[in-house]
Amino acid sequence: MNVSVIERRKHYLNINYGIRSWLFTTDHKRIAWLYLLSVTLFFFIGGLFATLMRIELMTPQGDLVQAETYNKLFTMHGVTMVFFFLIPSIPAVLGNFLVPMMIGARDLAFPRLNLASWYIFILGGAFTLMAAAAGGVDTGWTFYTPYSSIYSNTHVVLTVVGVFVTGFSSILTGLNFIVTIHKMRAPGMTWFRLPLFIWAHYATSIIFILGTPVIAITLLLVGLERIFRLGIFDPSLGGDPVLFQHLFWFYSHPAVYIMILPAMGVVSELIACFSRKRIFGYSFVAFASLAIAVIGFLVWGHHMFVAGQSVHASMIFSLLSFLVAIPSAIKVFNWTATLYKSSVSYDAPMLYALGFIGLFTMGGLTGLFLASLGIDVHVHDTYFVVAHFHYIMVGGAVMGYLGGIHFWWPKMTGRSYPESWARVAALLIFVGFNLTFFPQFVLGYLGMPRRYHVYPEEFQVLNVMSTAGASILAVGYVLPLLYLIWSLRYGAVAGANPWRARGLEWQTPSPPPTENFDRTPIVTEGAYAYEKDPAEIYTVGKPAHV
Amino acid sequence: MNLGFPLFPEQASTTASRVDALFFFLVAVSVFFATLICLFIVIFAIRYRRRVEDERPEPIEGKIWLEVLWSVIPFGLTMVMFVWGAVIFFDIYNPPPDALEISVVGRQWMWKAQHPTGQNEINELHVPLGQPVKLMMTSEDVIHDFYLPAFRIKQDVLPGRYTSVWFEATKAGAYRLFCAEYCGTQHSGMMGRVVVLEPAEFERWLSGGATGLSMIDQGASLFKRFGCETCHRSGGTSQGPSLAGLFGKTVKLQGGTTVTVDENYIRESILDPRAKIVAGYQPIMPTFKGLVSEEGLLQLISYIKSLGESERKAAQK
Repeated sequence: MNVSVIERRKHYLNINYGIRSWLFTTDHKRIAWLYLLSVTLFFFIGGLFATLMRIELMTPQGDLVQAETYNKLFTMHGVTMVFFFLIPSIPAVLGNFLVPMMIGARDLAFPRLNLASWYIFILGGAFTLMAAAAGGVDTGWTFYTPYSSIYSNTHVVLTVVGVFVTGFSSILTGLNFIVTIHKMRAPGMTWFRLPLFIWAHYATSIIFILGTPVIAITLLLVGLERIFRLGIFDPSLGGDPVLFQHLFWFYSHPAVYIMILPAMGVVSELIACFSRKRIFGYSFVAFASLAIAVIGFLVWGHHMFVAGQSVHASMIFSLLSFLVAIPSAIKVFNWTATLYKSSVSYDAPMLYALGFIGLFTMGGLTGLFLASLGIDVHVHDTYFVVAHFHYIMVGGAVMGYLGGIHFWWPKMTGRSYPESWARVAALLIFVGFNLTFFPQFVLGYLGMPRRYHVYPEEFQVLNVMSTAGASILAVGYVLPLLYLIWSLRYGAVAGANPWRARGLEWQTPSPPPTENFDRTPIVTEGAYAYEKDPAEIYTVGKPAHV
Repeated sequence: MNLGFPLFPEQASTTASRVDALFFFLVAVSVFFATLICLFIVIFAIRYRRRVEDERPEPIEGKIWLEVLWSVIPFGLTMVMFVWGAVIFFDIYNPPPDALEISVVGRQWMWKAQHPTGQNEINELHVPLGQPVKLMMTSEDVIHDFYLPAFRIKQDVLPGRYTSVWFEATKAGAYRLFCAEYCGTQHSGMMGRVVVLEPAEFERWLSGGATGLSMIDQGASLFKRFGCETCHRSGGTSQGPSLAGLFGKTVKLQGGTTVTVDENYIRESILDPRAKIVAGYQPIMPTFKGLVSEEGLLQLISYIKSLGESERKAAQK
């Protein structure tokens, strides 16, 4: 198509050039790109660690790497993926790009804080990569004491500092989103007209702000005990090792919702767009996000059923864990019901969304096994848990992330990705994922503990299956990297609204101008009024430049 | 069906079949809901596929009765799971009073066990068939976890305090013992086995090998060696209370609070005597931290538990 059409018009990508115009930008859309590049790097670094682990686990003996190396691999895989990919992925990339656009704002409330949060993220990442380069860390991403604070001989402090620093980036992002959503909605954009993506990010931001300081303090205490032998967690110094677990999971369980809630927000957008329908039970889906964020803070003890906490505390935590499953179930049912009497198309983002529902449902249902006290005793700290949380965090969060990247790619770049390649990738990921992680449920119930470098022979066949699946999964992840980069130059010009979506972000050119909208839009309808024309939903107000 | 590799673990304890029953209930519920959702998605996605590019389906806001239905049904089902799971859990951590008590000490990277009769084992645990066995466990260094998949039981083993779990084996044989809490470099090497023997064979096993002193006798000699008797004589002295019949009782502390004497309290009183002073006594006891090993502590506790045992039994009759 006519390439010059995009280039003649001024938009956020061509308004100025050069490395300085990116590193000192305060445009939320450009900052989203900075995050996109960084989290992609971390994703593939974390993936490399996982690849080495899966190859090692093909045989029961430890023949590829030594025990110490293996322990460092799973630790750095976890730390990289959780803190430097999963947590920032959707909020900091898609959220940064879309929160202002979806509500009709010109930028986030604090653009410079937004840029600062990226620098903080990079600083934290640099510390953690430095720890990896210096020889790595072997405590597991959970940093359990007293192993991490006293016994480990690896770079615990450097890693912990990295995670500590990065936390501030989350806090600033959350703060920015909450203020923006409260104060900067376009005229007529009432709370119940907000896209569910915004509700999900609002709920996520609450967790960012309330949870992240706790992990920061906890890791600080680990550092203090390690450096100054301050007795906090080690009993030989008068500390309590279980206290660490309480503090750690008080953040790290809600952190799971930091990873999954934004993905749920993405999926709501995708389902609505590719079935051309309002989300069934909009307000139930919206409040389910808030319910998950709130109840999610009260279930941390379900990580500690066998840790020596009181039997009665465990019972309360089990009960609350079952309760937090209900809002998730409500969401799945509502997404399914949205398809009823709709108009479904099978574009790649929709394949990701449907894949998300399948994998998230599996992850959610197996979560019930772990919430059941009697079963958890058996499967705790086995591959059953590993499989469960990968279904949620990779099957769920990464599917949502990739679905979102494909969906908004035309908006971010002005170009279309190659549709058939994208469908192939979505299928490969879905199939590869199940082949990788389903056998791990069986392994877990058989009793194979996690974090095992060598394992008894009877577990080998299932481990080989898992590794075989992982190789398919790897292809599925590399493919989008290749064709999305290709599309930047060779992709077809997308146009403002290639999906005929109704969201506000689609009512402005692709790529959008720096100020997002030429004139402030006025909203008269909810985000999913697919039965109406966009012109009936939005009118324009005064020019945005003044 | 024999695939050459297992797909389901052996059941070798009274708990195993109960856990598996709940597991199968959850599998059934999960398969039902997963199938239901997949079926609806596939049917809707095919039936309502976009046929004309300009389709504009009629909007549906939602139905309250459906929202209530699909909130209440999952809620009811999860409450069944909760109660069922909680009952099993409660039993796993409440040993019957007549359970045979075996001490387990974990360290990087091995399991050490001592039977009441004094036998020591490393990375192995021999237990009798059909008799409840309670494990009193602690760690010398980091957190470990004592895990017997065939028995469906697991318990973290913590430094600085005792945790316990119990089981009753239902099938003779050897079963895998894993450390399930990551504990450092050789974590995956911290494996062992539990050998379940017929009761008669177990007695033979106990009487074979090097016969040493029982745990109580070893504890008694430690009690003498550390000079505990100087203050904690039967009848008590002005320096320290008598320990006879103390175990399981609730005692008054300085400041008016009370504590029930269990393994963790005795342990604390030996290592950190000033933490909880019994009302009416001076804080004069020195600490024995660093002087007594984890095994020694368990032996001392066995001995202290045995003091006044005969009187207690007589009183019960």
